[in-house]
Amino acid sequence: MNSTATLSQRRFRPGFWTAVFVILFLAFCGVTVYRFTKGLGAVTNLSDQFPWGLWIGFDLLCGVGLAAGAFTLTAVVHLFNLKRFEPIVRPTILTGFLGYAFVIMALLLDLGQPWRIWHAIVYWNPHSVMFEVAWCVMLYTTVLAVEFSPVVFERFGFHAPARLIHRLITPLVIIGVILSTLHQSSLGSLYLIVPSKLHPLWYSPMLPLHFYISAIGAGIGMVVLESYLSKRAFHRHLEMDLLEPLARGMVVALGIYGLMRLQAIRRNHAFGSILEFGYEGQMFLLEFTLGVVLPVVLMSFRRLRTNPDWLVGSAFLAVLGFVMNRLNVSITGMEAASGTRYLPSAMEIIVSVGLVATGMAVFAFAVRNFPIFPEGPVAHPQEPKEGA
Amino acid sequence: MGMGLLFDATRCIGCGACSSACKEQNKLPPKVEEVLTAYTWTTVQQKEGLNVRRMCMHCEVPTCASVCPVAALTKTADGPVVYDAERCMGCRYCMMACPFEIPKYQWDRPVPVVGKCILCAGRLKEGKPTACAEACPAEATIFGKKEDLIWEARTRIRQKPGEYVDHIYGLTEAGGTSVMMISNVPFEKLGLKSNLPADPPAMRTWQVLSNIPDFVGVWGVFLYGVHWITARRQDVAKAGMNGHGQNNGREDRS
Repeated sequence: MNSTATLSQRRFRPGFWTAVFVILFLAFCGVTVYRFTKGLGAVTNLSDQFPWGLWIGFDLLCGVGLAAGAFTLTAVVHLFNLKRFEPIVRPTILTGFLGYAFVIMALLLDLGQPWRIWHAIVYWNPHSVMFEVAWCVMLYTTVLAVEFSPVVFERFGFHAPARLIHRLITPLVIIGVILSTLHQSSLGSLYLIVPSKLHPLWYSPMLPLHFYISAIGAGIGMVVLESYLSKRAFHRHLEMDLLEPLARGMVVALGIYGLMRLQAIRRNHAFGSILEFGYEGQMFLLEFTLGVVLPVVLMSFRRLRTNPDWLVGSAFLAVLGFVMNRLNVSITGMEAASGTRYLPSAMEIIVSVGLVATGMAVFAFAVRNFPIFPEGPVAHPQEPKEGA
Repeated sequence: MGMGLLFDATRCIGCGACSSACKEQNKLPPKVEEVLTAYTWTTVQQKEGLNVRRMCMHCEVPTCASVCPVAALTKTADGPVVYDAERCMGCRYCMMACPFEIPKYQWDRPVPVVGKCILCAGRLKEGKPTACAEACPAEATIFGKKEDLIWEARTRIRQKPGEYVDHIYGLTEAGGTSVMMISNVPFEKLGLKSNLPADPPAMRTWQVLSNIPDFVGVWGVFLYGVHWITARRQDVAKAGMNGHGQNNGREDRS
């Protein structure tokens, strides 16, 4: 422990981004106190007509979805035995774990009585998708922690437990993939129950599959994006030889997903509402062209896939499209039926941004102090220039 | 089939006695609001020159009860869909999912719970009618066995042809409800949802959830199989390399 403290002190140089983080974190703490003394109504723009807002649409749905890179890559490396991808597994698992921690923090704020969160363990209702979601969050967070723990063990010289986990890695990864499959899809299943409320551009009996496959696509995009941000922040090289084949995987996942979305819209006879070009139609077009069509088309060209700028740009579009989709399902598509418009309040946004910033700060701390990247702990990090 | 209520919009005089009785019975703050809230479980709205009661419909297969992760909402044999405030952790999925948009939340409280009509479940146990039905001076809301109420509604519609819309709202909506309504104005004009499927929404998620145990088994075997095959292929490739030089040295062929 001693050595960590001195090491991190020597490596840590507070700068502009540290200040931004501290301010965001303090604002987040302030909102948290306010929320627990004055109630949800004082902090959020939620209402009886619109009971789920940004904290569910962004923090929960996107936090879980963007952690999908972890199960995808562990499956690629340990189940499909493509060992050359091993160097980027650790940062991906760390992102996954932080994503889930982010979700749990957001849930603790969003639940009306978060101190009762353990009720989901005691009082069972297997008919509830939310019950499945609760168990998946608990179990998969545990799996991610165990998958990541060898990094911590190695750092402090406990080699026996690290070896044990290494030996059990195959069943561990299989359990992780099963839980992720259930969890990613269950977030789509949450909306199966509102056929009369969710707009036909997004509602489909296949929602669980839509959510699952789009999470794989965006999860891969997130791996690429994260490699790029780490590169910028810590002056590492971009592993193009690994990221280029990942981009191919992204094209396949997003391609299947895009096709399924179009089929669902055809089944709902909802193409008309795109042509009407109303609120929902515009949001759909924005989401679908930016987040699905464009990355699939761009990344189909080898020349663009092997170009770092185009690769990172397309990965960003895939992640952006994913976030827009989740917000469209949870907010845009539900507004018409609710009879109200919902825009998140400033305090809701502060909480979400504050939590994202905290996640990034923890990631940066971990990268400096633990062997996350193959080079080992990053010795002399540069100041991140763009939000890393 | 349990007990239920029949509301006849043609008879309601809009006196609000039901709302007041409800407030008293359930010890809610006395002010009756114009829309349902966590503190107003039933209210009378004016639509198309008629007075329409808004309240929980008490579905036969309640969507709210199916989505509640901690089973805080349950359908009792008598008919009411009741709420256990001690269990609720406040996820608000019931509010999101309810096709009739009935459960409401205490947004103004630091320790909030859901509020909705519970069909006076306590009174029903004692054999008494709901407070609202007892208070109604115009017999616009009547209490009884659900099959008797359906009979009564059909009789009223048949006896005065043309004076009612030929539909009992709640007979099929969202799989049927314990509270039913009849009216001489189309129900969507009264602010009631007319686009509800006749199958309970809960069935759509159950179709997925009930398959999870089977899926876990198959998916687990499949994933292990993939691992087994790819690991074996790698072993073979290694062995081949040792035997015949670099001919088969394709390490991670996908």
